[in-house]
Amino acid sequence: MVRVDGKGNGESLIQVRDLDKKYQRGSEEIDVLQGLNLDVDKGDFVAFMGPSGSGKTTLLNLLGGLDLPSAGSITVAGDEITHMSASKLTAWRARHVGFIFQMYNLIPVLTAFGNVELPLLLTRLSKADRRRHVEAVLGVVGLSDRLDHYPRQLSGGQEQRVAIARAIVADPTFLLCDEPTGDLDRKSAEEIMDLVERLVHEHGKTVLMVTHDPRAAERAHTVLHLDKGVLVEGAGGGA
Amino acid sequence: MKFFRLVLAQLLRKKVRTTLTIGSFTVALFLYGLLVTIRGAFSGGADVAGVDRLTVINKTSLIMPLPFSYRDRILRVPGVSGVTYATWFGGVYQDEKNFFPQFGVDKDTWFDVYAEYVLPKDQREAFLRDRQACLAGKSLAKRFGFKVGDRLPLRGTIWPGAWEFNVAGIYEGNRPEVDTTGLLFRFDYLEERRQFGKGTVGWYVVRLANPDDAVKVTRTIDEGFANSPFETLTQTEKAFATAFAKQMGNIEFLVMTIGSVVFFTLLLVTGNTMAIAVRERTGELAVLKTVGFSGPGVLALILAEAVLIAGQGGLIGLGLAKLFTLGGDPTRGLLGTFYLSWGSLGLGFMLALGVGAVAGILPGVAAMRLRVADALRRV
Ligand SMILES: Nc1ncnc2c1ncn2[C@@H]1O[C@H](COP(=O)(O)OP(=O)(O)OP(=O)(O)O)[C@@H](O)[C@H]1O
Ligand SMILES: [Mg+2]
Repeated sequence: MVRVDGKGNGESLIQVRDLDKKYQRGSEEIDVLQGLNLDVDKGDFVAFMGPSGSGKTTLLNLLGGLDLPSAGSITVAGDEITHMSASKLTAWRARHVGFIFQMYNLIPVLTAFGNVELPLLLTRLSKADRRRHVEAVLGVVGLSDRLDHYPRQLSGGQEQRVAIARAIVADPTFLLCDEPTGDLDRKSAEEIMDLVERLVHEHGKTVLMVTHDPRAAERAHTVLHLDKGVLVEGAGGGA
Repeated sequence: MKFFRLVLAQLLRKKVRTTLTIGSFTVALFLYGLLVTIRGAFSGGADVAGVDRLTVINKTSLIMPLPFSYRDRILRVPGVSGVTYATWFGGVYQDEKNFFPQFGVDKDTWFDVYAEYVLPKDQREAFLRDRQACLAGKSLAKRFGFKVGDRLPLRGTIWPGAWEFNVAGIYEGNRPEVDTTGLLFRFDYLEERRQFGKGTVGWYVVRLANPDDAVKVTRTIDEGFANSPFETLTQTEKAFATAFAKQMGNIEFLVMTIGSVVFFTLLLVTGNTMAIAVRERTGELAVLKTVGFSGPGVLALILAEAVLIAGQGGLIGLGLAKLFTLGGDPTRGLLGTFYLSWGSLGLGFMLALGVGAVAGILPGVAAMRLRVADALRRV
């Protein structure tokens, strides 16, 4: 179940309450999020839509602990993350969140294998175990034959699949995707969305995805619109 | 170790830039090696001076002599375990430009006090047998090709005339730093033949039973000869060597100045390179932090990168400098010692690593403080 009225029963995986985010730009103050509420259960697949500048990326950054809100709380699997110290938050992020960005953001000097291995370097896994995990997830995204390729040797769709493998390799609690198909052609976008859907249905992942693409949004269980700083269900601001 | 690959991959990303930065360290540390060697050569052996030795010279001037009779009086000073003496000869071998120092020394006591000179037993015995015997230092012998049994003519300048010596042996140092560019011959031969100055020596060298007594013994000797026609100035050998080197001009200052400028420039160049390297990687650093690398972790990666560059360049530069000095003194023996010690090499390596770390610290801290949300927006 996904709710945006702040009246969840307190058992949801992700609970957001009265979230405010203001940015200071010179003397001007911009209220991007204003009292936003959200409840997401484990295994949900949510799409966020909304016009450019409505605060979608801002919301994802807050959910992933990359930024701190001006007010309100975010609780994930019982952890209140808005009051964590920077180092605790970093550790929490490594443990619970997988990020997928529009621009893939792979490290150009590392191979597909090296990129996917990155999050595992921070764990206690042995070299052999790391290799096993990396090969397994590259198999899931269908790139078993591209282990030693560098990002520049891959197509955009393949790069994004490497990025997805990197996001899921440490088995995070949930995935945050910011316009994962925004830079891809129709066909590659379809393939990426097939993959995301499989992650939800076959691997039980919880996915929160920002998108401008109605076809991508269609795949989600729930589509939410960001409008004037809060989330609304159903038809809203449009894409 | 698993992070090493990450650092290495970054270094290989801009090979030309990495190579040039390593090259800067190579050049700087090569220069450092040469400067340290030259400084050592001009310090007149101050670095290898025995801590248990004092030099007694004429208080008025180093070139004024002291009476031979002082020898026994110095020997009686408590704390003194040995005395020897020497006189500067100042002869010319074939041509003025073939300068090397020559000393008339006491055949019986010289090697007791200067234990760092080593000489085969038979050569030492030959030196004791022949009044006209002389001993050439190893580098001197190499410079002019002297061999045992050679006859060595010198033209006297202080004591004019033709002087002839027989090369009875070649002495070496027990450490590479020991100066072996000089010639030793027997004082008794000089005393017998010279026209003036009889009954005097150039200076005395005193060996202490215990180095801690240096101050006390120094004072006792100088007070004992106060108000005599030949007042003395007693110094530790190190102070003596340093004062002697000062006559060459302030080489130390020159070397330190050049060295500081070199390292400062190196710091600026490397600091700038690291700053650029970090700036063009802002997005990637943000990704590292996103997947869970901590601020200090990112700082450590950047420091490791800078220190790795510095270490590599430093090693190559110091290695080249060492090779260069092993090739021998480029002035062909004019410099007392031409030796780059392991201690100096170690210090140079530490300096290189230090410069690397300092150069990496500012960009590293910037990376550590980088706010992921802002950085991702910039990509
Ligand atoms: N660091 C910042 N300082 C000031 N203003 C900011 C900052 N980050 C974001 N904003 C502003 O906050 C608003 C929301 O930005 P955000 O990136 O979340 O929008 P978005 O919905 O993701 O837009 P898009 O669809 O274009 O990606 C925008 O008006 C943006 O200019
Ligand atoms: Mg956005």
